[in-house]
Amino acid sequence: MSIATAEFGTSGPEAGARSEDYLWTLNFGPQHPATHTTLRIVLKLDGERVVDAMPEMGYLHSGFEKLGEHLTFNQYVTVTDRMNYISPMANNVAWHHAVEALLGIELTPRCASIRTIIAELARISDHLLSNGAVGLDTGAFTFFLYAFYQREVIYDIFETLCGARFTNSYTRVGGVSQDFTPLVIEKIRGFLKTFPKTLDDMERLLTRNRIFVDRTKGVGVLTKEEAINRGATGPVARASGVTRDLRKDEPYLAYGDFDFQICCASAGDCYARYLIRMQEMRESLKIVAQAIENLPAGPVNVGIDQRTALPTKQQVYTTIEGTISHFELSMSNRGFEVPHEESYAAIEAPNGELGFYIVGDGGETAYRARCRPPSLLHFALFPHLIRGHTLSDVVAVLGSLNIIAAELDR
Amino acid sequence: MPYTLPSVTDVLAGLTNRFGSLETSLNRGQTRVVVPEPLSFDVLAWLKNQGFDLLIDVTCVDYLEYKAAKHRYGLVYLLASTATNQRLTVRVFVDDPDPTVKSVVSLWEAANWLEREVWDLFGIRFTSHPDLRRLVMPDEFTAHPLRKDYPLQGRGERHNFPVITRDHS
Amino acid sequence: MAVVHSVSSDRLELPENVVIGRLDLLANWCRKNSLWPMPFATACCGIELMATGAAKHDLARFGAEVFRFSPRQCDLMIVAGRVVMKMLPVLQRIWQQMHEPKWCISMGACASTGGVFDTYAVVQGIDRFIPVDMYVPGCPPRPEQLIQAIIDLQDKIQREGTINGREFDTAGRQLRKRALVEIANPLSIDASRNPNLQRELAAAADAVAGRN
Repeated sequence: MSIATAEFGTSGPEAGARSEDYLWTLNFGPQHPATHTTLRIVLKLDGERVVDAMPEMGYLHSGFEKLGEHLTFNQYVTVTDRMNYISPMANNVAWHHAVEALLGIELTPRCASIRTIIAELARISDHLLSNGAVGLDTGAFTFFLYAFYQREVIYDIFETLCGARFTNSYTRVGGVSQDFTPLVIEKIRGFLKTFPKTLDDMERLLTRNRIFVDRTKGVGVLTKEEAINRGATGPVARASGVTRDLRKDEPYLAYGDFDFQICCASAGDCYARYLIRMQEMRESLKIVAQAIENLPAGPVNVGIDQRTALPTKQQVYTTIEGTISHFELSMSNRGFEVPHEESYAAIEAPNGELGFYIVGDGGETAYRARCRPPSLLHFALFPHLIRGHTLSDVVAVLGSLNIIAAELDR
Repeated sequence: MPYTLPSVTDVLAGLTNRFGSLETSLNRGQTRVVVPEPLSFDVLAWLKNQGFDLLIDVTCVDYLEYKAAKHRYGLVYLLASTATNQRLTVRVFVDDPDPTVKSVVSLWEAANWLEREVWDLFGIRFTSHPDLRRLVMPDEFTAHPLRKDYPLQGRGERHNFPVITRDHS
Repeated sequence: MAVVHSVSSDRLELPENVVIGRLDLLANWCRKNSLWPMPFATACCGIELMATGAAKHDLARFGAEVFRFSPRQCDLMIVAGRVVMKMLPVLQRIWQQMHEPKWCISMGACASTGGVFDTYAVVQGIDRFIPVDMYVPGCPPRPEQLIQAIIDLQDKIQREGTINGREFDTAGRQLRKRALVEIANPLSIDASRNPNLQRELAAAADAVAGRN
């Protein structure tokens, strides 16, 4: 890429003291291995020290929100898969959580538990990749391979569950596409047994590794006030001491029933963010372990009276309500009733608060489907975090923020 | 929804005392306040002082094809409080030909990119924004693609590139 | 590789330790087993590309694991994920920065056709703007599919490759097509709706006339 000379709105604290002639401009991305995806940052350097950074985005803007106005509520879930593509299940849950908030649907207990389990498994796989990427960028390739192997195990669970290993499109309005089978439960139990050991191994590899600690401790410090003022959520905010986690604060799905802790740190640096993610994986395991052993019986989709989820085959063949409901849901111009309303609902996605602001206009598609992406606000933090640090810290900070371009740009 | 959000009636009462009566509504536990455009900055600044310290989102809806809509654009400010977990939605309506709102970047740094995104995709101008440029679309792009009068497939911009064949490379 | 040991003919007498082969074959054999991919990973497919290189699927088994992020060092570009308007100039520039001989794999539905993203911002298939050798279907493709695509590309390099890159010469391809027209009976082809074919047929007729 060509090196663009960019206009800088604000200069770093050091810029005033030195002559501008010493500074030179380095273009970082949009195609660079450490950006993982398509981020671009124009850095202003004084030697090896970053004086200022200007993030540039939009290299993966694909019109998700416009597409949301043309796809039905059930179709759009396939697109949300491609939003934060390292934890697609969490996006599916977020989208249909928001749709159900608009429609006013209450899930069956079994469905709530199932969604909780898959959202937590998605959180584990997300944290594995984002921590693995921090390791990869700071030179710990083995750690990345450990992390990715465990992701494959989770992929395998999801594939058994719904047939797709990666882009799952699992949830439906008022339910999920497939119920848990005994094989899935068995695989999740197997994962619960083997994963803590691997997690211990991973922690032994990196958590007290001198090089890793030196490269991440004290780098990219975000204070609590700044975190709130700049809209940080999720692990990034919790590493700075913001005790905000929607799983506890607004217990959606079945989170109110389970015993788990919110992980917080006060340092606010890259190392704290790494530790938060490691610890959150253990908490997620606790939730999954409780949920899988106490999985409620009963139907997984909401009943016929709600008119949103397809009835079971038994109901279609034996009851008139089932037949009518099946017919109406299958017809392209019928579908279910959507109120003339607007609502916002969010879940605690692995990256932070992932919410959708949906405007319904009575039709079968959303009039407006706004996604509130955590990555956008976290990427806006970047210049603030990197000022004064060295060029090699850029990758550590970027990795610890876990910015996913597709969610950033949509 | 088993969980209902904490009530914000005391905040609404204070808001009415301070700014006169504003249109409020409640939908599934979410409280919304409609604020006239000239008051928007003052109301948001007051709300920030009342404890809504976290700006969740700034976005916009184009009501061009919406039934019984009085205004063209409706801005949405989603606020939350980290201390009390209250949430509040503030709506500001603006119209063509020059939709303009006062920027809230001086209150929340988070609004910087969110407002740039709204400018990019909807063409709402935010006055006194420090750096109002396009965020996601290329700089040379002229339309505002999330407006309802812009087609989903675009107006052919996506095909407007030079073709590189094997002979060129 | 075709290896001839000690051919005895009236024109050529070889000693025992000399091997004769086509230089093209040798070059192809070297090239196909040392593909250095340039991962142009933009979106979801990029994660599957990482999975392909990671422990379970291990692309190293097929001699194509040396991911290099500098286009100067690579000869295989794997475009993984959708390419949008803002990204396409970058893609074209990186493609032009790569050295010949180079190949391109379009991984996934989005890179090949735009996929589900038939929207204002997404380029509807990168083959509209840069040459593509291999398309991988799937959204995203499984790692096995990508491995299969790389094996197929290796096969293609082995079959079609030439040491001076004649297979990339589009003008040369036109000449080969003319030979096909020449063999066919010109009268049996309906060329009324195809101006290209009409030109070819005229050229073929000229060639036949010249020979006679």
